Amino acid sequence: MIGITSYGGYIPRYRLSRMTIVENMAWYSPVIMAVANGEKSVANWDEDAVSMAVAAARDCMTGRDRNTLDGVSLASTTLPFADRLNAGIVAAALNMKENGVSNADFTSCIKAGTTAAISALGSIEAGNKNSVLVVASDQRRTKMATMVEMFFGDGAAALLFGKDDVIAEFKGSHSVNCDFIDHYRGAGKEFDYGWEERWQRDEGYGKIIPQAIGGFLEKTGMKIDDFDKVIYPCYFGGTHKGIAGKLGINKEKVQNNMHAVCGDTGTAHPFVMFVSALEEAKPGDKLLLASFGQGCDVMAFEVTDRIKDFKGPNGITGSLANRAELVSYQRYSKFRDLIVADLGIRGEANPSSALTVLWRKRKMLLGLVGAKCRKCGTPQFPAMPVCVNPDCWAVNEFDEYEFADKEAGILMFTGDMLAASVDPPATYGLIGYDGGGRTMLDFTDCSLDQVKVGMKVKMSFRKRYFDEKRGFTGYFWKAVPLLEGGDA
Amino acid sequence: MATGIRDKVAIIGMGCTKFGERWNDGSEELMVEAFQECLEDAGIERKDIQAAWLGNCFDEAGVGKSALPVSMALRLPNISATRVENYCASGTEAFRGAVYAVASGACDIALAIGVEKLKDIGYGGLPEFSSLMGVVNQLWMANMTAPGAFAMLATGYAAKYGLDINEVKKALAHVSVKSHANGVLNPKAHLRKIVTEEQVLNAPQIAYPLGLFDCCGVSDGSACAIVTTPEIAKSLGKKDLVSVKALQLSLSNGTEFAYDWDGAHFITTSKASTAAYKEAGIKNPREEISMMEVHDCFSITELVTMEDLHISERGQAPKDVMDGFYDLDGGVPCQVDGGLKCFGHPIGASGLRMLYEMYLQLHGRAGDRQLKDPKIGLTHNLGGFPFMNVCSIAIVGKYGA
Repeated sequence: MIGITSYGGYIPRYRLSRMTIVENMAWYSPVIMAVANGEKSVANWDEDAVSMAVAAARDCMTGRDRNTLDGVSLASTTLPFADRLNAGIVAAALNMKENGVSNADFTSCIKAGTTAAISALGSIEAGNKNSVLVVASDQRRTKMATMVEMFFGDGAAALLFGKDDVIAEFKGSHSVNCDFIDHYRGAGKEFDYGWEERWQRDEGYGKIIPQAIGGFLEKTGMKIDDFDKVIYPCYFGGTHKGIAGKLGINKEKVQNNMHAVCGDTGTAHPFVMFVSALEEAKPGDKLLLASFGQGCDVMAFEVTDRIKDFKGPNGITGSLANRAELVSYQRYSKFRDLIVADLGIRGEANPSSALTVLWRKRKMLLGLVGAKCRKCGTPQFPAMPVCVNPDCWAVNEFDEYEFADKEAGILMFTGDMLAASVDPPATYGLIGYDGGGRTMLDFTDCSLDQVKVGMKVKMSFRKRYFDEKRGFTGYFWKAVPLLEGGDA
Repeated sequence: MATGIRDKVAIIGMGCTKFGERWNDGSEELMVEAFQECLEDAGIERKDIQAAWLGNCFDEAGVGKSALPVSMALRLPNISATRVENYCASGTEAFRGAVYAVASGACDIALAIGVEKLKDIGYGGLPEFSSLMGVVNQLWMANMTAPGAFAMLATGYAAKYGLDINEVKKALAHVSVKSHANGVLNPKAHLRKIVTEEQVLNAPQIAYPLGLFDCCGVSDGSACAIVTTPEIAKSLGKKDLVSVKALQLSLSNGTEFAYDWDGAHFITTSKASTAAYKEAGIKNPREEISMMEVHDCFSITELVTMEDLHISERGQAPKDVMDGFYDLDGGVPCQVDGGLKCFGHPIGASGLRMLYEMYLQLHGRAGDRQLKDPKIGLTHNLGGFPFMNVCSIAIVGKYGA
């Protein structure tokens, strides 16, 4: 049996109420009021498509051996590197093996996630691979007071495809590919350029998705009524309903487009919606997934008995529950670099990143891999040639030790107003890991007044800096205090 | 068997500029100003100096590489000169180089000079150092500044002793109030203004829980010393010699940062002070030390240091501080000249500036802030961060005391 063996999801903690956008920007474009219900998920300033993909991928691989992966595919239209495999950053952050794997980026179209999934399933069907992780993630910047500012949210989701312990069996796919342009983003441009909504709605989503699903049904001989859930993105609420009508799908069988809770997450959205559906699915349920973008991919799955005992990932439901309202539109605008605030002369320091160091220390910097001393058993970060335990000081006698999945406790901390930061005060501290080892990390997804000595933190892969001069995005791990709710 | 440095080297001259925002002076002017005072005080000529050490930390933002800046500025007679850098211990390191050279017999008379020109960077605080910590560290270490790194110590200290952070802040406020009171008495100090505990507690926050008055001044300045053997000093007609009793340095090895540490003390200071007392023959520092200049880069540093110098018991520094034990009229007056807090902190000069105050006090030349008959003075520098640092301790006193 071939199909899905695990899933994962990541919706950023911060949510912006659409009424907040309206209150700040409707003076400029009153039409945005038409879709002002609910809230959108907003990536923190230190998150991007790659960091969110890492979060979803790690979630998907909870309790699984990452070394069994034959490859990771990353689908996104907002990848930080035009030439450096972005999936390779995700793979390094997963501390995957390097030999005998094949990683790939799928990009330039918001249906790239399903395209990557079909490709992964094809290689498994052909017997070339056993296990492929497909992650879709997007963090699209939008101009102020636009409809897409209202519609778009940020997020990521991951699906693990394989042969063993399948929770949803793959039942076939069908694709339509055509050069229909509802919107585009030219190379090097910051924002999408879209044609009028009628075009996007009526000739785009409203025609192409039904055409592709119709084609799938014709090809397989299945009926739309065979499916318990039909999942397709479309942020135009009326059109989303209209597609169901056209295909004769019962209202309750249509998966919600999640406009109210996070907005449309772009390339990630078919997966985000699909994972939400999987989280509620019962054995025997048939799920039909469709994407959209220069055509449409349609994929069918049947949920197996194994879904009953499946647990581990936080998923979309879990990450939606980890929520804090971003009450300031200005802060959101700064996170997305839509407004210019002075970072001060201290913020001008701009050293280049040594590519040699990034290679030599890739396990440390991208994987948060330290060492465990073979003599005294002390976990330590960073790994150095000599053991840190003063009663040991063994030389070069270490095994790799992963800290990324360890929780830690805060030993000491501060909120620093002097440090140049996009979101001051820069909050950081010394943390001690459960099971041993300690280090100092930046904190994120918290406000200073929430942080206390003794509080638990978990590790999160984040964007550390963007070198504007050279176009380089640097990543490292940060500590996220485990907070309940709260506003930001 | 090492016999230590006690009474092997005497200080025969010292100089120190006024510290502050010396907008119109560069490193050269500052070094020459301190050096001229020192040379005159020593009563020797430039040609008598056989070796020199320059302490300077942010060479990138100031003097530049090598010891050429000091050799050129002072027109030293083509003698050996070495620039040393060990964070905030750089000034004391320059002193250690000169003292050890004399003690070894390699030369008769040596110069130690420290300088830092910080106000050429265009923004408050120390120069941004994230890119100066090495090519690996710059890729992962937290986005820290000095106040932030030290502020963490306050949260660690409060947690260890179960104190409310506001109780700690009160003691910290008194640390700063005391130093301001002392600074007023010192014409060379950068900040010369009385502040109240209320002002300190209500000041804008710089790094939680530290406010503006918990942070020392960022200043330009230079200080220097000329050292020789007691025998040569006597042959030069010097009386009431001030001699070096101990010089100790201790550096972190990663334990605090990556293994085990309570986050409420300085491992290095604790070790260096123990070694220094042994070298100086001091049994009970609380009784025997007459006065101190410690590295009060931040109020919390001073508070915690009182315990690592083994003068306050563990957990008792806030009480001693509040009791006025470290005030000018207290048991062990601390920051007699205003400290880094008010005298200012041109990094490379600071260790030598502290020794300058001890030297003035021991010679009875400290003016309005003169203590009664001090015999032994201790200076302390703490460079780097609480979790990864360089600690230097010097003890000086009356020769033979």
